[in-house]
Order: sequence, then structure tokens, then C-alpha cells
Amino acid sequence: MARLVIDKELCIGCGQCVDACPFGALALHDNLVAVSEACTACGACLEVCPVEALSLPEVSASAGGNTNEYAGVWVWIEQFQGTATSISWEMLGQGRVLADQLHVPLSACIFGADIGHLAPLSISYGADVVYLADDPELAQFRTEPYAQVLQELVRAHKPEIMLLGASSRGRDLAGAVATSLYTGLTADCTGLEIDGETRLLRQIRPAFGGNIMATIFTPNHRPQMATVRHRVFDAPPADASRSGQVIQVPIHLDKAKAFSRILEFIPQSADTLLSEARVIVSGGKGLGDARGFDMLHELAELLGGTVGASRGAVDAGWISYAHQVGQTGRTVKPDLYIACGISGAIQHRAGMGTSRVIVAINNDPEAPIMRFADYAIIGDVYDIIPELNAQLRARAV
Amino acid sequence: MHAIVCIKSVPDTTTVQINPENNTLRREQVGSIINPFDLYAIEEALRLKEAHGGTVTVLSMGPPQAEKELREALAMGCDVAVLLSAREFAGADTWVTAYTLALAIRQLAPFDLVLCGRQAIDGDTGQVGPGIAAQLGIVQATYVSKIRDLDTAAGTITVERMLEEGTEVVLSPLPTMLTVLKDINQPRFPTPRSLRRAQHIEIETWGADRLAGVDAARLGLDGSPTRVKRIDTPPERAVELQVLNGDSTTERVGKLVNVLSELKFI
Repeated sequence: MARLVIDKELCIGCGQCVDACPFGALALHDNLVAVSEACTACGACLEVCPVEALSLPEVSASAGGNTNEYAGVWVWIEQFQGTATSISWEMLGQGRVLADQLHVPLSACIFGADIGHLAPLSISYGADVVYLADDPELAQFRTEPYAQVLQELVRAHKPEIMLLGASSRGRDLAGAVATSLYTGLTADCTGLEIDGETRLLRQIRPAFGGNIMATIFTPNHRPQMATVRHRVFDAPPADASRSGQVIQVPIHLDKAKAFSRILEFIPQSADTLLSEARVIVSGGKGLGDARGFDMLHELAELLGGTVGASRGAVDAGWISYAHQVGQTGRTVKPDLYIACGISGAIQHRAGMGTSRVIVAINNDPEAPIMRFADYAIIGDVYDIIPELNAQLRARAV
Repeated sequence: MHAIVCIKSVPDTTTVQINPENNTLRREQVGSIINPFDLYAIEEALRLKEAHGGTVTVLSMGPPQAEKELREALAMGCDVAVLLSAREFAGADTWVTAYTLALAIRQLAPFDLVLCGRQAIDGDTGQVGPGIAAQLGIVQATYVSKIRDLDTAAGTITVERMLEEGTEVVLSPLPTMLTVLKDINQPRFPTPRSLRRAQHIEIETWGADRLAGVDAARLGLDGSPTRVKRIDTPPERAVELQVLNGDSTTERVGKLVNVLSELKFI
């Protein structure tokens, strides 16, 4: 049921709130505003109403238990074959900022087999406490056993904030754990701040393909859980002189439960690690055919980057889906994004619009990408990219 | 084999426009569609049914108008359609959505598979699938790019999952919750015959009273742990496009090389 309260005596039917509603939940009927079930109680309309006819009653605390019992900021350290992913250190960096503001410790959770070496590393990146679950059963990531271990830890130690990377594994684990704990989970955050007044975690995330930014709170449930996008926060410099406490976590998995078994792992060439890439060279429909990607691979290699693609190029079968950037592919935030023959449709922009520097190479000066690129060369990609590769090679010599 | 496909009715973002006056989404001309990722889940379920026999149920939670999307799923070849639509469901976040859908799935049991799209294109969270699996206490396999084998006799499914570092081949016990990628198949279009067949299937609408064991305090906006506090438009990229001009390709490319050098990319 819609929560928005409309004072029909005050409403003047100006319609400003109808325009301001991001969810299309408001409409004018007989010169008065009416609210539909699409209302999410976000409050966007409250700010624009000139006569204060709209209000949102505070929601009473639901079955979340006592939120005051929860303290501390936790980060899940994602590792693959014994190496921590870069997002893990990025989260420790921001986790440190949040923990200092709240005056609470920062803890790292590391699960796997033979991963003891990651404990001192986590401390060097800012953790005060490390919960280390080192067990052959956890050698490979599987959602169900990992979720069991993390849930038990959270129930025992009650952190107020729990951060995980917005990677395939992080999203799976976060979804499973938040569900079992009956707590809020905000996906794909690009901003995390502490609200000074309430001590709540302000979780900022894009939605509707990046068309809007939503600020989300978890007021009455703990921990406040969020997954964090890659490369939003900077990894702090490692400080080997920091000290911290390492706590070994004994694991006892529920053997009655049947888990999945990983039969095989087929590694992909390193050039598809888009989410962590510093430089991405992307190709689109303007390349005309699959051969165009050969010169992009060369350019990416010269710049120490990886190759991306627009949906058009992937759908045409020129390159595999693993390379796709955009709303239906990967979201990336490199320092340098070179878009070759990519028009820059809104769905593509949703996946790369926050790149630090965007270079467009396109023969159409009116292409949408020109509206958000930093630099452009107007011309044929088959003239420009071979010449660019040649000049870069000449410099390298 | 019984596969349950969860779908979401989403705004057709290819027609979404930003209102330049107040930078909000212009919703009035926006139609609704089946979340594009969910089409791949429907198609995959239909292919499993064709190979193994059985039933495909399509399930959605949404306003009464979402019947249109369920009708489309029936037209593709699904057999049963259930819409969870009631005032008490409105305003659900991902936790509550997974909770509510899982309760409905229990009513539809027995089942072998729950299929979902990778994520919805409006919320973009990808959390509801894993949430459903956790609610049901079943195994999940997300980001599935291929189903290698479904062995209903042995009660297992073998799938390929696309992860950041490569492809993982997983054997899971049934029932399993799968989320599928767009790489997995090419969704079919309804045929005149399948459209006619779909018109004879009644779409069931369920309220909370149809969900056994429901905790009414965990439904809708009131049950949702998260609260959307603010909606803003993202800051525009504060950029001024510099077009690198020159008489020759060599000159223009030379300017770009200088830029890359100044920015320390080379």
C-alpha cells in the first residue's frame, strides 16, 4: 500500500510532484494528485511540493532486533586461486574511512584453502581484525558453504556494516547471506558514506541503467549489507608495519546439505578481465566485421589494456559476450576508454560513462558518444587505428 | 520435469527519455516489456521441456498490468502462469521480492528448476535469484551460459557459468536455481499457433492469502529492510569535447598520442 500521505486540502494540483516522481507513481485526477502502488516512499516529491501537501510517516522498526548490539565494519576479501581480487583492497580502503568515522574496528573475512598469507596483507591494507576460515572444503568458491560460514560469523560477532565486491561471487554470497539474516542488501554501490546524524550507512547506487542515482538506507536491520562496484574507491597503499589480530575460524559445514561440485575450470585469456582494467579499447558496429578487432587487440596490447565491445559487435558475432560493455554486459570504470566505431547508445553509456577519460574514434561527428567523450578523432577507424598503432610502436622502440 | 521461470515486467528502456527540465525519467510514453534477460530464462526452460518433457510455469510479482507480460510468456510456450498481485505486495525490495516469490514457488512444488534472468534492467541488482535460492534452501548456479546436461533420473544438472576469470563447469543437485546470461540462447518468437494456445490459458492471480506460511510483516514496503531515501540524477560528465583536427590522419593521430602521453597512459 502506498505510504505517501496527500493532504487534499493543501494540494493545489500544480503537478510538480508528478514530474519529479522517478517511479511514475503520481498522477493528477480532478486537479488533485493521486498516488499509485508504484510509490516506493523515496521522498523525491516532498522536496518539490510548494505547499507541503505531501508527507511520509516514519516507518516503525520491524523485526530487525536491537540494532545497537551491532558494531564494526566488515569486508569480505574475495580471492581466486590464492590471490585477492583488487576490489577487496579497494573496499578495505573505504571500509577504513567508514570505521574511523564510526570509531569502530575494521575486520576482513578471508575464506579458502591455504590462504593464510592473505591475513597479513589484509592488515597492511587497513584491517584491524582478520577472520580466517582456512579449510580444504572452502578451496573453491561455492555459494552455499561460503554463505554458511559467513552467516555464522555475522551471527556470532554482529557487525553493523558488511561490504562485498559486486563481482559474480560477491553478488551471490551477499544475496544468500542477506536473505538468511533478513537484512537489507544494496547492490552495486558507487558511493558509501556515514550519515552523521543517524550513523546509518548511506548507500548510493545507479539504477535504471545509470539514469538515476538512488540513496538507500537499511534503518532497522543489521548488518547493513552492500556490494561495491570495482574501481569506485582507490586501494590504499599497503603498510606492512600495521598490526592486527588474526582469528582462526573453525568450520563445521552442514553435511546434510547437498552442495554443488565444480567439475572443471576453463580459464579465459586475461584480456577479458574488464572490471579491473585500467585501459579498455572497445569496438562497435562501426568496425564492420570481426577482423576489426585484430587491430584493437594490438592497440590494447600497446597500451597495456584489454578489449571491450558494444552489444552491436557482440550480437553480430564478431567477439564473445565476455567482452561486452554496457547495461547487458559488464560495467567498467577504466582510467582510459577508447571507443572505436561505437555510437554511444544509452545502454552502452550505462556501462562505461564513469570512465576517467573517454576517447571516441568515429566517422560520425553527430554520434551520441560525442556528447560525453573527452577527445575525438572524426574519421575512418581503419585509417586511424593502424596509424595509432604504428605511432605507438615507434615510440616504444 | 517442472521448471518455474520468474519474470519481471520492466519499463521499455529503449524508449526511456530524460525530461530535460527536471532531469527525471519521462515515464508517460514508456511501455512495459518482459525484462530482456528473463526471455533467455523462458527460452531455456522451454528447450528443457522439449528435450525432457514436463511443464513450464511462469511466475511474476507486479501490478495487474503485468498480465500482459505473462501472456507473452504463455505465447512463447509456457504452460501455467501465476501473477502475484495485491496491495500488500507493493513496494517490496529485493529481500521481500525473493521472500514472496519463494512462498509462491513452494505452492507450485514439486519442481526441478527455478530459472531467472541475470538481473532486471530497471533495478539492475541481480539479487532476487540468489535470494529465492536461499529462501528455498536450494543450490544456486548464477551467470549460466550453457546447460550441458539435465539428468532428472539422477537428480542433477551440469552447467557452465561465466565468471570474471573464465568458465566454471558445475554439477548441482536438483532442485537448483539458475540465473542465465544472454549468451545462452536465442529466444523464440510466438507463432500464430502458440498465440492461439496461450489465449485459452487462464492466468491465475494470487494474493497473500494464497501463500501458505506467509508472515504478513515481511511483505511489501513495510517488510522491506531497505529504504530508498533519495533519487538524484547522476552528475553530468563535466567534459568539453576536444575534437583532434588536422590535415592528415598522421597529424590527428599524432595529437592523440600527445594527449595520451600528457595523461601518462604511455
